Amino acid sequence: MVTITGSDTEKTEDVRQKSFRLSPSAISYLQSTPLTVILGAFLLIPILMIAVVSFWDYDFAQMYPDFLTMNYTETLGSWVTWKTYLNTLKYAALVWVITLFIGFWVAYFLAFHIRTTAMQMVLFLVCTVPFLTSNIIRMISWIPVLGRNGIINSALVSSGIVSEPVEWLLYSDFAVVLAMVHLYTLFMVTPIFNTLMRIDKSLVEAARDAGASSWQILLNVIIPLAKPGMAIGTIFVVTLVMADFSTVQVMSGGQSASVALMMKNQMSLLQYPAAAANAVILLILVLMMVAGILRIVDIRKEL
Amino acid sequence: MSKAAEIDIASVSKIYGTTTAVHAISLKIPAGTYCCLLGPSGCGKTSTLRMIAGHETISSGDIRLGNTVVTDLPPARRGTAMMFQSYALFPHLDLIDNVAFSLKMKGVEKDERRAKALDMLKLMQLEGYATRRPAQLSGGQQQRVALARALITDPEALLLDEPLSALDPFLKIRMRAELKKLQTSLGISFVHVTHSQEEAMALADLIVVMNDGRIEQAAPPRAVFERPATAFVARFMGDHNVISGRIASQTNETVMISVPAGADFLAMSDGQIGLSDTGDIAIRTDHVRVGTPSAPGLGFTGSVSNVEYRGSSVKLTVNGAGIEDFTAILTDKSFFANPVKVGEAIPLCWDREDAIVLGRLKH
Repeated sequence: MVTITGSDTEKTEDVRQKSFRLSPSAISYLQSTPLTVILGAFLLIPILMIAVVSFWDYDFAQMYPDFLTMNYTETLGSWVTWKTYLNTLKYAALVWVITLFIGFWVAYFLAFHIRTTAMQMVLFLVCTVPFLTSNIIRMISWIPVLGRNGIINSALVSSGIVSEPVEWLLYSDFAVVLAMVHLYTLFMVTPIFNTLMRIDKSLVEAARDAGASSWQILLNVIIPLAKPGMAIGTIFVVTLVMADFSTVQVMSGGQSASVALMMKNQMSLLQYPAAAANAVILLILVLMMVAGILRIVDIRKEL
Repeated sequence: MSKAAEIDIASVSKIYGTTTAVHAISLKIPAGTYCCLLGPSGCGKTSTLRMIAGHETISSGDIRLGNTVVTDLPPARRGTAMMFQSYALFPHLDLIDNVAFSLKMKGVEKDERRAKALDMLKLMQLEGYATRRPAQLSGGQQQRVALARALITDPEALLLDEPLSALDPFLKIRMRAELKKLQTSLGISFVHVTHSQEEAMALADLIVVMNDGRIEQAAPPRAVFERPATAFVARFMGDHNVISGRIASQTNETVMISVPAGADFLAMSDGQIGLSDTGDIAIRTDHVRVGTPSAPGLGFTGSVSNVEYRGSSVKLTVNGAGIEDFTAILTDKSFFANPVKVGEAIPLCWDREDAIVLGRLKH
């Protein structure tokens, strides 16, 4: 008798569930709708609009819907564009090398030389403290340090090391790279720290057991295992530097240009279609760089 | 094999801050011995192993391997190799590079080290997987890779930290047999940390039972099983009932223990109980019979609190005469000849030589 009552209740439950059940595929579509809407409205449509506008015609006052390749031919045909792109790539390469070096060692120190997790977290939070102020303020605060009558120069002059203030400290490529390194190193520290924390400490012991010196452990075990974190950090830093205009403008004092700064200037001259074409070219370039990084390093296990 | 070396641990201690993990233990492991360090978690067995390996500094005392004092040598220069609990295979390297790792660190040429590693993999019957990554292998295969990686350094002693704990029960028994076979064929010492009595009994030539940072007993498996040295060993090995009480009387050969609010029990002694006025005795669970005792102190009457059928044997739990949870393991034949139920009162008895006096560690 027990079996009969059992199947009876199952049946009624079945009926009750069926009455408000959607098909599994409908549920899946419904679940993915919010993200689709957000990505569509804030990513896909704006990019499409930029792509569309990049083919439009314009004059000093207005844009005219059209399909012209003039914006691209003009942009790619000008040596100014090529020089600006090269300059931006130079910044990206320099900032990448320096942030990777600093970022790896900071993360390595935090992950392997700080014994307690509490201390690791405290020191990691200390790294993030500068981020409590805005980018612009952190950038501008370099000016009184590096300026002609700034802290460094007055110290150098008064101690008699140099007779004249050092000119290249501010409003130079040096200043741009310095500020960018300052702004973006944490984006390198965080993902590398994350991967290093996941390395099983017994791997280090196993390597030591096999006779590896500290350098050999670093080169043969830790760096290969930290590569996914380095790749993610690289993507962050490279994309941020490629899209930067404010740091370049402020720290170079208007003497250097970057692609984003060039776009900003075009926009302030109301040359929106030209800026849009530039944006599309930059987007393609950055996507190719990211694709290249992903080809070299498999970051899937990080995500 | 001339390669094997004796391991001599001389009053070695490990102190972490204010806690002492290992209390001045001394132990000699003869060359070519399969030695199991056995004990519950936190007993100091892993610390001891890691001190032999050199992954833990020795707070005081010395460790000698063969004729060299290795106390202050780095792991790779001790002539030991360690196999880690989770195997610690390098996830970014294929099997050949994993096995060849220590040769690469020594600066051996690429072709030579890869050929050697492949030979080692062949020995472990893994040559077909040589270019795979560790993550693509099963637990048993990973263990064999870890063994190959440890053995390629041609060590004088192999140190294994709970090598079988990550495997499923079936594989555990198979790998156990492989480990024993490997040790016999290599002729070097294996020091194997485990918390499983069964594993230790099956593998070891020498079982070292540890508790609370001290060695309770170091003896061949049969001695540990039949003549546990202390109450802890008897309880941990699980095949003895331990009865503690006041010493009522003692002669050169026997001791009479008086259980508080209960009966008196007789046990064989080798005359080493000393001046203490309390003592422990152990009675083999599988030598207990149902029946009236042949002499006073060799049995008691109690009520059955649990009956557990185990196929070839039946486990009875009996309370009475001031003893809680006294275990008797009867053969199925003798149990079913005269079955008892929970709640029934039955007399239990054993032979004079099945009750032994246990020693106590001098702390």
